[in-house]
Amino acid sequence: MTAVTVVLVGLIALAALWTMQASILRSVLGLAVVSVLTTLLIFQMGAPLAGAFELSVCAGLITVVFASTVSMIRPAEPAAQGRRRLRQLRRFLFASGVLAAAAGVALFMHLHGIARLAPPPPGVAPTTQEVLWSARRLDLIGLLAIVLVGVFGVVVLFKEQPEKEDVS
Amino acid sequence: MAALLLILPILAVVLLNLPLWRPSARTALWIPVVLCVLQLAAVLFAPVIFPLSGALAMNYRIVGSDLSMDGLTRVMGIAIALVGIASALVARHAAVLDEVRVFRFVNLLLLALAGMNGVVLVRDLFALYVFIEVTSVSCFVLIVVNGRREALEGAFKYLVLSAVATALLLGGVALIFMVSGATTFAAAAAAVRDTTSNPLALAAVALFLAGLAIKAGLVPFHGWLPDAYGSSNGAVSVLLAGIVTKTTGVYTLIRLVDAVFGYTPPVRHVLLGAGLLSVLVGAVAALGQRDLKRMLAYSSVSQVGYIVLGLAAGPGLGFAGAVLHLFNHAVFKSLLFVNSAAVKRQAGTVDMDRLGGIATKMPVTGVTSIVGMLSTAGIPPFSGFWSKLLIVVALWKAGLPWAAAIAVLASVLTLAYFLQMQRRVFFGKPSAACDGLVEADPWALAPAVLLAGLTLALGLAMPWLFGTFFLPLGRLL
Repeated sequence: MTAVTVVLVGLIALAALWTMQASILRSVLGLAVVSVLTTLLIFQMGAPLAGAFELSVCAGLITVVFASTVSMIRPAEPAAQGRRRLRQLRRFLFASGVLAAAAGVALFMHLHGIARLAPPPPGVAPTTQEVLWSARRLDLIGLLAIVLVGVFGVVVLFKEQPEKEDVS
Repeated sequence: MAALLLILPILAVVLLNLPLWRPSARTALWIPVVLCVLQLAAVLFAPVIFPLSGALAMNYRIVGSDLSMDGLTRVMGIAIALVGIASALVARHAAVLDEVRVFRFVNLLLLALAGMNGVVLVRDLFALYVFIEVTSVSCFVLIVVNGRREALEGAFKYLVLSAVATALLLGGVALIFMVSGATTFAAAAAAVRDTTSNPLALAAVALFLAGLAIKAGLVPFHGWLPDAYGSSNGAVSVLLAGIVTKTTGVYTLIRLVDAVFGYTPPVRHVLLGAGLLSVLVGAVAALGQRDLKRMLAYSSVSQVGYIVLGLAAGPGLGFAGAVLHLFNHAVFKSLLFVNSAAVKRQAGTVDMDRLGGIATKMPVTGVTSIVGMLSTAGIPPFSGFWSKLLIVVALWKAGLPWAAAIAVLASVLTLAYFLQMQRRVFFGKPSAACDGLVEADPWALAPAVLLAGLTLALGLAMPWLFGTFFLPLGRLL
C-alpha cells in the first residue's frame, strides 16, 4: 500500500464523515467528494475498469437531483435537531456494521470457495486510457448525457421562477 | 448509423444551448420531431442500408460489439420515435408552459430520447444501467418541469423507487461482474447458466428481476406510477406512459430474459406471478378511479401485466405476443394520454365526475378515444386484439389454461372500466364543464389521428405482419 493510497483512504473517510451533517447541501458535497476520491483511489490501485464504472455511476450528480427534491421538504423543528444528531450517529454506526458484516461474508465466501469469482484475465492489464476511450466509450456518452441532465435538473429545481398555472 | 441515434439528440442539446444562436421555444419543439422522423426512417430502412439474407435478416450487427440492432431493437426504435413525436406535438398544443419551460422540456425530451435509444441499442449490462439512469433522471426532471407542487410529489415517489431499482440493478451488475469478469450480455449469460453451482449468479438474477419490476411498474412495485403519470404535464404523461416504462422496464426485461437469464423455471414462475397480479390489480384499481389520467395509469399497470404474461408463456408465440403487445400498448396508450391532455386543456379538468357529453363538442378526440379504448380492451379488428389473442393462445399452449382464463377475464374488466370512462367523459348528459367547449387544436389532433390510424392499420395488417415479422422475431430473439 503506497502513501498516496493511505492519504486517499483517509480523505474518503473524512469526506464520508462530512456527509453526516444536517445541511443537505453539505452532505451532497461530501458525497460528491467521496465519489471523486473513490474514483481516484481505484485508478491509483490499478483497476481502471472499476474506476470507469465508478465514474459512470456518477453518484454525485444524481445525488444533486435527489437532494434538490429533498431540500424542498420542510426541515425539522430546531428542538428535534438535537435528537437527530444522536440518530445520525446510530445510523452511521449501523451502516458501518452492515458494511463490515457484508465485507466479512464476502471474504468468508471467497476463502471457502462458496462464491466462485472470475479469474483475472490473462495478458497485460488495460491502461486507464484504453478502458475509458476503447472498452467503455459508450459509458462516456451516457456520462455526458447524465451531466447535461444534472445541469437541467439543478436549473429546473433550484432556479426561482414565477408561479404560473399549468392546466395541461 | 446506430451510434447516430445516441449522439444526435445529445448534439442537438449542446447546439440548442450555445450562446451564439438560440431558437424560439416554438421552433425548438420541432427539433425532437425532426430527429424522431429521421429515427423512424433510419430504423425502418436499416435492412436496406445493411442488407443480410435468410432467416437472420433481422439480427445483424452494426457497430462492432458495442451497439447492435436486431428485430426487437427496431420495434422499440419505431415506438420511441412515434411517442417522441406525439409528446413534442402535445407540448406545442398545451401552450401553457412558458417559453423557458418549453425550452427546458425540449432539452430534457432530447436527453430522454438519447437514453432510451441507448437502452435498446447496447448489449452490455453496465452500459444498459447507465442509459436507464439517463432516461430515468431526465424523466424525473421532466415531471417537475411544470413547477407544480403535486408534480413534485409524483416526481419524488418516482425518484425514490427509481433509486431503489437503480441500487438493485447496480447490485446485479456487480455480482455478474464478480462471477464472470465482464459485463457483456454474452459473458453474463454464460455465468448465469451456471446458477446451480454459483449462488451469486442466482442472486444477480433476483436483483435484476426486482429492479426491472419497479421500473416497469409491476404490482406490487407500482405505487409511483399513478402519481407520476397523473401529476405531470400532458406531454410528459404521453412520454412516460407511452414509452419510458416500456423501455426501461419491460423491454429490458424481455431482452435480459432472452439474452442473459434464460427461460428457466424460477424466472418463469416469477414472471407468471407478477404478470397475473398486475393484470388483475391494475384492472380492478382502474375501475375505482375518478381521475382520467390515474385511471389510464392503472390501466397501464394491467396492460404491462399482459406483456409479462406473454413473456412467461415462453419463446416463440409467447415472446412474439409480448413484443407485439409492447408495441401496441405504446401506441394506444400514447393515444389515450394525448386525448387526456386535450380534454384537460379544453375542459380544464380530468375529473370524470365533472365531465360528460364532451364527444359532441370534441368529436375527433371522442372518436380517437374510442379507437384507443377498443384496442386496449382487445376488441377486433384493432391491434390490441391480436396481441392479446397471441398471449392467451401462448398461455394455453404452454399448459397454463387457468392463466389464459384470468387474462380473458381481465380483458372483460378492461372493457368495463373503459366503457364507464366513455360514458362519464365523452357521452351521457353534458356537464357544466362542456359550456363553451371547443375541439382541441391541430397540434393535439394530429398525433391522436396518427396514433388511432396506426392502431387500426396494424390491426388490419396483422395477419400479414404476424407471419413476416413478429413470429420470426419471437423465434429468433
